[in-house]
This record gives sequence, structure tokens and C-alpha cells, in this order.
Amino acid sequence: MDGEIELRVDGRRRRLRVDTRTTLLDALRDGIGANAPKKGCDHGQCGACTVLLDGRRAITCLTFAVAHDGTEVTTAEGLADGERLHPVQEAFLERDALQCGFCTPGQVCSAIGVLDEAAAGHPSVVTEDLTGPVELTDDEIRERMSGNLCRCGAYVAIVDAVRDGAR
Amino acid sequence: MPFDYRRAPDPEGAVAAATGWPGVAFLAGGTNLVDHMKLGLAAPDVLVDISRLPLDTVAELPDGGLRIGATVRNADLAAHPVVRRDYPVLARALLSGASGQIRNLATTGGNLLQRTRCVYFQDLTTPCNKREPGTGCSAIGGYTRHHAILGASAHCVATHPSDMAVAMAALDAQVAVLGPAGRRVVPLVELHRLPGEEPHRDTVLSPSDLITSVDLPPLPPGTRSQYRKVRDRASFAFALVSVAAVLRVEDGVVRDARIALGGVAHKPWRARRAEDVLLGSPADEEVFRRAIDAELAGAAPLEGNGFKVPLTRNLAVSALRELSREER
Ligand SMILES: Cc1cc2nc3c(=O)[nH]c(=O)nc-3n(C[C@H](O)[C@H](O)[C@H](O)COP(=O)(O)OP(=O)(O)OC[C@H]3O[C@@H](n4cnc5c(N)ncnc54)[C@H](O)[C@@H]3O)c2cc1C
Ligand code: SF4
Ligand code: FES
Ligand code: FES
Repeated sequence: MDGEIELRVDGRRRRLRVDTRTTLLDALRDGIGANAPKKGCDHGQCGACTVLLDGRRAITCLTFAVAHDGTEVTTAEGLADGERLHPVQEAFLERDALQCGFCTPGQVCSAIGVLDEAAAGHPSVVTEDLTGPVELTDDEIRERMSGNLCRCGAYVAIVDAVRDGAR
Repeated sequence: MPFDYRRAPDPEGAVAAATGWPGVAFLAGGTNLVDHMKLGLAAPDVLVDISRLPLDTVAELPDGGLRIGATVRNADLAAHPVVRRDYPVLARALLSGASGQIRNLATTGGNLLQRTRCVYFQDLTTPCNKREPGTGCSAIGGYTRHHAILGASAHCVATHPSDMAVAMAALDAQVAVLGPAGRRVVPLVELHRLPGEEPHRDTVLSPSDLITSVDLPPLPPGTRSQYRKVRDRASFAFALVSVAAVLRVEDGVVRDARIALGGVAHKPWRARRAEDVLLGSPADEEVFRRAIDAELAGAAPLEGNGFKVPLTRNLAVSALRELSREER
């Protein structure tokens, strides 16, 4: 069965027809050529497919596109303001927080989610005081970014980049 | 029959759409169901999308308790100010599960009904009584690091993977269900089944039963709670063993103790025997040890998971010690 959906992807309105069992990831990549989110594991385990859905970070490989009709999708490609990169993207470049770059679009979207969640005072499992303000220590960053794997092992620099992004 | 996807207009409509179709499944966040469709473990021919139902709020109840809608996202529940303040065991259990970008999709109802991560269950090439009744259990005599030490049967030794459900079991949560015959309430500790001779049935629900909300009763003043989880890596992994503990100590005596264990059984395991030992006893380490030993006396570890017995004991004692010490 097919379904007709409308998404706003990186600021552009996109109408598309999808088989209702198409994942959001496949609809983005194969349906409209938004190739920033990557298919790493296709099972929720690596975070390479992470985007922002209505501003919140989410994986796209375990959710069907039809379920997101009307949603605003921001991929790593849509983060820059014209030629000016998002501060988190700048920080990744500055800190050399990548090697092959396959995981990077997901890392960057996830990092933006982490910064927003921390700013809103949302605790993580390593936060001592669940009701207090959140300070993004390196332990906090590691815990909050644990849904994004990096085959190249750029983790140390990724923590540096997220810490810089928080400033 | 061709595959069909429908978006439910309201809870009643969702149940009506699901009634009478053997191959129907509710779709919430999709993080377990879509995975299972890809793996070939689930092949529903009708999906009823419930993710946009107006069941996405957390409301304070007149008695001081909390009503959690079935489609509240795990991330939103963990971040809710009342959950963080009054039910830290629940906030920590949620935050210890999956990843930030999964918790933003995963829902209360879906989390409760997620299925075992038994590797043989997920592998279509191996026999499994849960997946295909009567074919046998590949885990028995196989790789059992993640399997049960309590309440298992000769037909299945799987564990329930949810962290959230373990905290809710310790909190005496009540699950509201809307089915074809109307509404009913199922205590969370009775929602999941032990495997017995029918391991293919995870819970007491039928496929057209919709979970609409979960109620948490209020905790008396002075009650403290904690969730502890041990896993093979520091983050983003399922529990080997976990402990949810709710404790109230007055003048050195245990007045309320509710303990649930995760990673040890086919359901969140409420440790009633341990609670019986604790109630009315001095809140000291010797009592904590005796209590958890009483519970674990019934443990029947498999070849590959004997480590879970001392691990559970140490984790539970350490959680109770911490709760009895803290003065806040
Ligand atoms: C990589 C990875 C790591 C994970 N790690 C953890 C972990 O450490 N700890 C942990 O606890 N969990 C973990 N999870 C599991 C995760 O918590 C669950 O996948 C999630 O909670 C399921 O919620 P959902 O809304 O996405 O459910 P769905 O996938 O939409 O549904 C799951 C099941 O519940 C049924 N269902 C959903 N809502 C209702 C309802 N209201 N009424 C009746 N039936 C319903 C569906 O029909 C389906 O059978 C992990 C998942 C992944 C992919
Ligand atoms: S433990 Fe249960 S789920 Fe795992 S193989 Fe045996 S029957 Fe299947
Ligand atoms: S591709 Fe989605 S998490 Fe790996
Ligand atoms: S940079 Fe290669 S996978 Fe992360």
C-alpha cells in the first residue's frame, strides 16, 4: 500500500508517494535524495541516521515515513545558514572530530540535540542531581552521545567538539 | 491480503480497527516493531498507527499520583519535573535505556511491550519456542549470558529487556487497558507473564488491547528510590541485571520496601520474599543481605549466567545501603 506524505526537509517542502513500509531514512535518501543521514546498521544501534524531527534528535531507520507526515526534518545538510556553518559543525572541523566522516552527519545532529536538552535542564543517567541545572562535563557528553558510534574512533575529538559547541 | 496502514482517530477507533484482525499490530514509536518487521520476526498485515493519539500527556492525579499517557515519549517522561523530583527510580531507569535519539521516539506503551533481546529469538535460523511454538529453545544449553535465573521454564529462559518496566513494577504502577470489551486495569506486575508452557505469550494482553495510560500511586513522604543497572558497557546497552528499589526508613526501621529486579526473569521480578524480610527490620547491611538472599534462594542459574546471582545480590544490597544512608 502506498501513502502520500508531505515533509519539510531542510527548509524545502517535499511531497512524496511512499510504500507505507518505507522507513523515514529510506524516504529521505532514496525518495528525495537527502543523503546526509547515513544507513549504518539499519537497526537503531549506531546513530548514523540521526536527524532532527521538529527540532528533536531522532533515529530514522526504525520509524516509517508515513508516520511523520507534516514533520519538519532537519538533516546535517540543512544546519548551515547559507555559507555559514552551524557552530557545532565548526567545532567538529576545528577539533578534527572525524576521519572517514560517515558517522559525522548523525554525530552533529545528535550533538545539537544534546546541547538543547542540556540547556532545557534535562538530566542524563550520570547527572547526580536530577532536579538541578545541567553542567556538560565530559562524562555527561560521553553518556549523552553514546547512541552515536564511530567506526574510526574519533570519540576523543568528538567530546572536545561537543564541549566547544556548548560555549 | 495487501499490507495496510491506518492512523487511528482516537483510542476507541484504534481498538475497533484492531478488533477481529489476527495480523494487526499497533504502531507507536516503531523502535521495536519496525526492527522486528525488518528481522522477519513480525509480519503484521495491518498497522494501526497510535503515535498521534491524544495520550501524550503526564497529569498529576488528585491523590498525588501521576497518570502517564501511553504515547508519552520516554525522553519526555524522564525529563518531567514531577518524575525527576518524586520518582527518581523511574527517571533513572528511563535514562539508562537505549539512547537519546531513541528515547525521543520510544513511548510508554511500546516500552512495556518491547520483546526479549534473546539472540536466538531474533535469529530466524534457530529454533525458538517464543517465535515458533514447539520448535524448542536454543538458549538452553547455548549462550545464556543474558538469560533468566528466576521463574524460567523448560520451554523458555528469556528475560524481559525493559528498564522502565522494572521501575514501574517497584512503584506498584497500574496499567489502563482499552479492549474490545471495554476498559480494565492491570497491575503492572501482572502485565507480563512467566514463560511456562506458552512462552510465545509475553503478556496477558490480546492483540486488540490498547494500553492507554499507566498510573503511579503517590509515595508517602520520606520515601526514597533508586535504579541501578549493570551492563557490558558503560552506556547504550541492555541490562545484565538491574535493581529498582523504593525504601522508607523511620528511626532506623524499614517501614516500606519495594524491590524489583530486571534482567533476571521473563518479567520485571518483584522481590516479595526480600520485602517480607525487610519490613519492620532494622535498616542495616546484615538485614539487606538476608533479604536478598531469601529472594535468590529460588534462583536456578543456567550454565552461562551463574554470575547473575552474586551480581544481583551485590547490586541490591548496595542500592539499599545507599537509600538507607542518604538523608535528604
Ligand atoms: C539499539 C537499541 C537499544 C535499546 N536499549 C534499551 C535499553 O537499554 N533499555 C530498554 O529498556 N530499552 C531499550 N531499547 C528498547 C526501546 O526502549 C524500545 O524499542 C521502545 O521503548 C519501544 O517503544 P516504541 O514506542 O518504539 O514501540 P513500538 O516499536 O512502536 O511497539 C512495540 C510493541 O508494543 C506494541 N504497542 C506499542 N504501544 C502500544 C499500546 N499503547 N498499546 C498496546 N500495544 C502497544 C506494538 O504493537 C509493538 O508490539 C533499545 C532499543 C534499541 C533499538
Ligand atoms: S530463551 Fe525463549 S526466546 Fe530465547 S530461544 Fe529459548 S524459547 Fe526462544
Ligand atoms: S542506521 Fe539508524 S541507528 Fe544505525
Ligand atoms: S569518522 Fe569514520 S565512522 Fe566516525
